[in-house]
Amino acid sequence: MKKNDFYLIGGLIFLIAVMYFFINLSKTEGSKLIITVDGKEHKILPLDKDTTYTIEHEDGNFNTLEIKDGHVGMVDASCPDKICVKHHTIHNNNESITCLPNNVVLRVLSDEESDMDAISR
Amino acid sequence: MKSRKVASYGLFIALAFIFSYVEHLIPMPFALPGMKLGLANLVIIIAIYGIGLKEAFVLSMVRILLVGFTFRDSSTLLFSFAGGILSWVLMAVFKKSKLFSMVGVSIIGGIAHNVGQIIVAILYVKNTSLIYYLPLLMISGVVSGTLIGILGGLVIKRIKKYLI
Repeated sequence: MKKNDFYLIGGLIFLIAVMYFFINLSKTEGSKLIITVDGKEHKILPLDKDTTYTIEHEDGNFNTLEIKDGHVGMVDASCPDKICVKHHTIHNNNESITCLPNNVVLRVLSDEESDMDAISR
Repeated sequence: MKSRKVASYGLFIALAFIFSYVEHLIPMPFALPGMKLGLANLVIIIAIYGIGLKEAFVLSMVRILLVGFTFRDSSTLLFSFAGGILSWVLMAVFKKSKLFSMVGVSIIGGIAHNVGQIIVAILYVKNTSLIYYLPLLMISGVVSGTLIGILGGLVIKRIKKYLI
């Protein structure tokens, strides 16, 4: 290993720490869930009401999510790798669970946010 | 093409494919989209230093294709290709620059792979929330990149004379 390798590792760790710092700075408890399918807003659900909701896609695929105690989790999906289902539950703003094969994004937001960058209509 | 080269390439592709499969079998408790051990990158970086950049590129693309068709549905191929291409480009640039050793190049390659996948994923779902995965992915990229780089260095020293 060369000296530069250590500088690289150090620099990257520093960069990661800075990112973490900024992300945690804006972390607040979420109040609503925005479900986006194919880049378009599909549904908004409040986090204070426990529900189970299934997104049924035109091609027969599905994603089932559950809101419980203010946390959102994916409980089932038709995608092959089920990374979205294995994902831990989310509840802070800007946290998200994504199912890439089915093009679904579950994103938690808190009231103060005007979500300008996420939705394309 | 010399038959020795053909045999080498075959071996490399088979190895990269098997490593991807093994990686697939290892359960990761905190599975994020894009988080992986990068075992197959060990083969790629040994190819870069052992048989050549162009050859390593072809090897990487073929591996992604094979793995994509065998283990997942082809919708995730797009992300893997993006990661693989960005990873190769940056590794090529930094290898030529001679700034870093194999470890540094491996780290850059690993992180580039993650960043490439995330960028394409963000474009695909048209939602920037995925960018919040970057810090965690980068940590795994640095760790696995370092380990793979060190391992690669050990292997290359021993087998380089047999490869070309």
